[in-house]
Amino acid sequence: MNPAELKPRDFKSNQEVKWCPGCGDYAILNATQQTLAEIGIPRHQTVIVSGIGCSSRFPYYLDTYGFHSIHGRALAVATGVKTSNPDLSVWVATGDGDAMSIGGNHLIHTLRRNVDLNILMFNNEIYGLTKGQYSPTSPQGLKTKTSPFGSLDHPFHPIELALGAGATFVARTMDSQPKHMKKIMLAAAAHKGTSFVEIWQNCLIFNDGAFKNWTTKDMRDEHTIDLQPGQPMIYGTNGDKGMLMDCHGSQVVAPDKASIWDPSTPTPMPGFLMANLDRETDRPRAIGIFHDVEQETYDQAVNTQVQNVIDEKGEGSLKDLIYTPDTWTID
Amino acid sequence: MTTDVITQEDVVIRFAGDSGDGMQITGSQFTETTAIVGNDLATFPDFPAEIRAPAGTRAGVSGFQIRFSSGDIFTPGDTPDVLVAMNPAALVVNYKDLKPGGIVIVNTDAFTEKDLAKAKMESSLLEDGTLSAFRVIKIDINTRVLQALEGSPLNKKDVLRCKNFYTLGLMYWLFSRPVEPTLEWLSAKFASKPDLIEANQMALRAGYNAGDIHEIFQGRFTVAPMADLPTGTYRNIMGNEALALGLATGADLADLKLFLGSYPITPATDILQYLAAMKSHGVVTAQMEDEIAGICTAIGASFTGKLGVTTTSGPGVALKSEAMGLAVMTELPLVIVNVQRAGPSTGMPTKVEQADLNQALYGRNSEAPIPVIACAAPSDAYDCAVEACRIAVEYMTPVMLLSDNYIANGAEPWRLPVVEELKPFKVSRHKDGETFHPYGRDERLVRPWATPGMPGLEHRIGGLEKEDLTGNVSYDPENHQKMVEQRLDKVMGIRKTIPTPQPTGAESGGVLVLGWGSTYGAIHTATARPEKPGQTVAHLHLRHIYPLPAGLEEIFARYDRILVPELNMGQLAKYLTSEYPQFRFETLNKVMGKPFKAAEIRIRVTKMLEEQS
Repeated sequence: MNPAELKPRDFKSNQEVKWCPGCGDYAILNATQQTLAEIGIPRHQTVIVSGIGCSSRFPYYLDTYGFHSIHGRALAVATGVKTSNPDLSVWVATGDGDAMSIGGNHLIHTLRRNVDLNILMFNNEIYGLTKGQYSPTSPQGLKTKTSPFGSLDHPFHPIELALGAGATFVARTMDSQPKHMKKIMLAAAAHKGTSFVEIWQNCLIFNDGAFKNWTTKDMRDEHTIDLQPGQPMIYGTNGDKGMLMDCHGSQVVAPDKASIWDPSTPTPMPGFLMANLDRETDRPRAIGIFHDVEQETYDQAVNTQVQNVIDEKGEGSLKDLIYTPDTWTID
Repeated sequence: MTTDVITQEDVVIRFAGDSGDGMQITGSQFTETTAIVGNDLATFPDFPAEIRAPAGTRAGVSGFQIRFSSGDIFTPGDTPDVLVAMNPAALVVNYKDLKPGGIVIVNTDAFTEKDLAKAKMESSLLEDGTLSAFRVIKIDINTRVLQALEGSPLNKKDVLRCKNFYTLGLMYWLFSRPVEPTLEWLSAKFASKPDLIEANQMALRAGYNAGDIHEIFQGRFTVAPMADLPTGTYRNIMGNEALALGLATGADLADLKLFLGSYPITPATDILQYLAAMKSHGVVTAQMEDEIAGICTAIGASFTGKLGVTTTSGPGVALKSEAMGLAVMTELPLVIVNVQRAGPSTGMPTKVEQADLNQALYGRNSEAPIPVIACAAPSDAYDCAVEACRIAVEYMTPVMLLSDNYIANGAEPWRLPVVEELKPFKVSRHKDGETFHPYGRDERLVRPWATPGMPGLEHRIGGLEKEDLTGNVSYDPENHQKMVEQRLDKVMGIRKTIPTPQPTGAESGGVLVLGWGSTYGAIHTATARPEKPGQTVAHLHLRHIYPLPAGLEEIFARYDRILVPELNMGQLAKYLTSEYPQFRFETLNKVMGKPFKAAEIRIRVTKMLEEQS
């Protein structure tokens, strides 16, 4: 099909979208519909899988095949889908609770297997659907309904977790920058293997402004650095700061001294260095593409192995399976 | 030298030794050879969960019982005729089960002070008269093996590891079995290690020849091949393998590819292993990170048009239960296999129990009806797996298939199906030209199976309640009532495709013994012949437990009393009491991690019959 034939509206389902007015999810949905139209894979070849949470209502709003599964298990369901039909474009909409808490096990194992899925993890650092409890990405000390005196948990850093689990594509974007979101989603779609995309998403009801220091118009240029493959690492409102990376870490330099960002190094160390900026209050936080490497995908490997055995042994019949050489006959 | 050959109809042998003594291999080789000889047979491997419990201890004793016969048999036997004990622990754990006058063969080289201490024995049972009721054959097996393998390039430790094949050779001689099948098996097994082939083959032959040369036994035995087996092609089969073959067959009959999402758990792991080897049949197996991922990948595969299967044991079912509800809600075909083991919790993983029936019937939140069927014997696991696939595909529903440890690891001759005669299953698809409704239903209430990749049939499913027809999310009260009822009615409608099982034995009268699952053999044996003329006893066995077959009331009404023996505390009996309150279901419960002995059931039946008269 000619990609130009598909429009974002072709991906809109007839279901009424039911998120809170002003929720960041609307922007993510729009960016996804635009991305799906642009990549041009037919609707019937596209599957959206989700778990439970605000983010997980996603499949109902996209006119593709969709599976709204159970809490934490979207990646396991999606692995079954993709492995059963590697021709499908499979997307997973999940949240910080769904992917990092109840579904944490499936996340790390999906990443290490490198199943060819596009994971959009909406991170709002809070449980929204259950109405405001701290999540595994909530900062320590956050006061919520279940932590009235402040959360005691140390948070996960999603980018580090994904890199540590062996992810082949790790990126971050934010709901307040639709163009950046679409750019990252297109890169995720182009990547063969598991693409892990953390999306900073504002929950204006239960955790409003969690990312405001990095996402609002007046803050984001100064406080974020966009990791663009092959581009100098420059940031700042006027593009007046550069980032220099060496074996000791990173430091702020003049723009002309900035390193060229390369997410395709076999080691995820540069990505870790950039993810580590989150821990330093006086440094910008990184967005963009942290890591992007090629590796055989699980779904391909599974099906290739089956085909190799068939090529070697011939396609087995039921009769071969049942009538083994150790039979005897009673006449 | 001539030796008397005594013909016997029915023999039970138990091989027992340390976990590291190779008793399971010894037993399974004796089984394969016995199958080739043409006897009917049944086996019962019984081993500890620990891979290697401390050597020589009672906890580390591994046993393998085989019964073989020239007639029809249904259990591995209550009491062995022959016990092979490779060490003191094996002897002390097992000798009490032996038939009076039975033969005990012991490896005297394993009866040193140190060995006795490991088995916590103060005096040797061989010396203190404990075994006076038995014929004890003492053989210095270690010494003989070392002699036989003199000059072998293997070190002493490895030479001694051949002692199980020496023992096997001796038993082949004693029961007039050929050594060739095992010689061939060894050649294939150790193809890359010629030293091991030679050593084990020499040990096997030495053991066999010892019977001839050393006059260890007063005579040898023979068990004639079965005379009246139905014609056909047979092979020896274990329950887990039969179940795996049944799943593969079921997928084939539905013209679907099988996808198994699983996580290793005793005693179900073999099924994953068997299916993993079936790649040339297009079978995909995914060993997932946990039980939940196992079932969820299978659900994702079914959504995508494969036949999704997940295999586990009771603790795994507990973890999968939320996802089972999802499969009920999304109405996708799925087979969930529970190879039951003794519980609760981790329980006794290598021991048998059938105490997960309640879990199978009720173990989910809300109204989540799932058909339940249960295998009765190793070869029956094949037919039941095919049946589970049929119901799953024809009715777009998850199906729970119950097996257990006793079936999984037991073996028996299996009359192979004639592949060309197997009936294909019909998959419910959307018909071109009609309006597509993801939750539209046919006359059986089955929804169409539209899978990603089919143009024009894009739709969303999920765990939230579905609106009738459209499948859209719905909180409408009337819709929920309707959908709950439809899901239930659909499953109950399966009853129309289930035959009414027929009792064996008396058509009416005294006692009906009603069972399910692996108690089949013990009940069948116990009810085969009433003790006194005029006494009437029958056996009815349920394969379909939910929904129950039609017509059971008429059968129940024909008998004075109904006995339900179960390896649990009365789960089927309670269920039947709620379904058929007009009947009284008397219980016989055993939860010892062991199967029923036929005699245990028979004693109870006899008592009931005597109370009647």
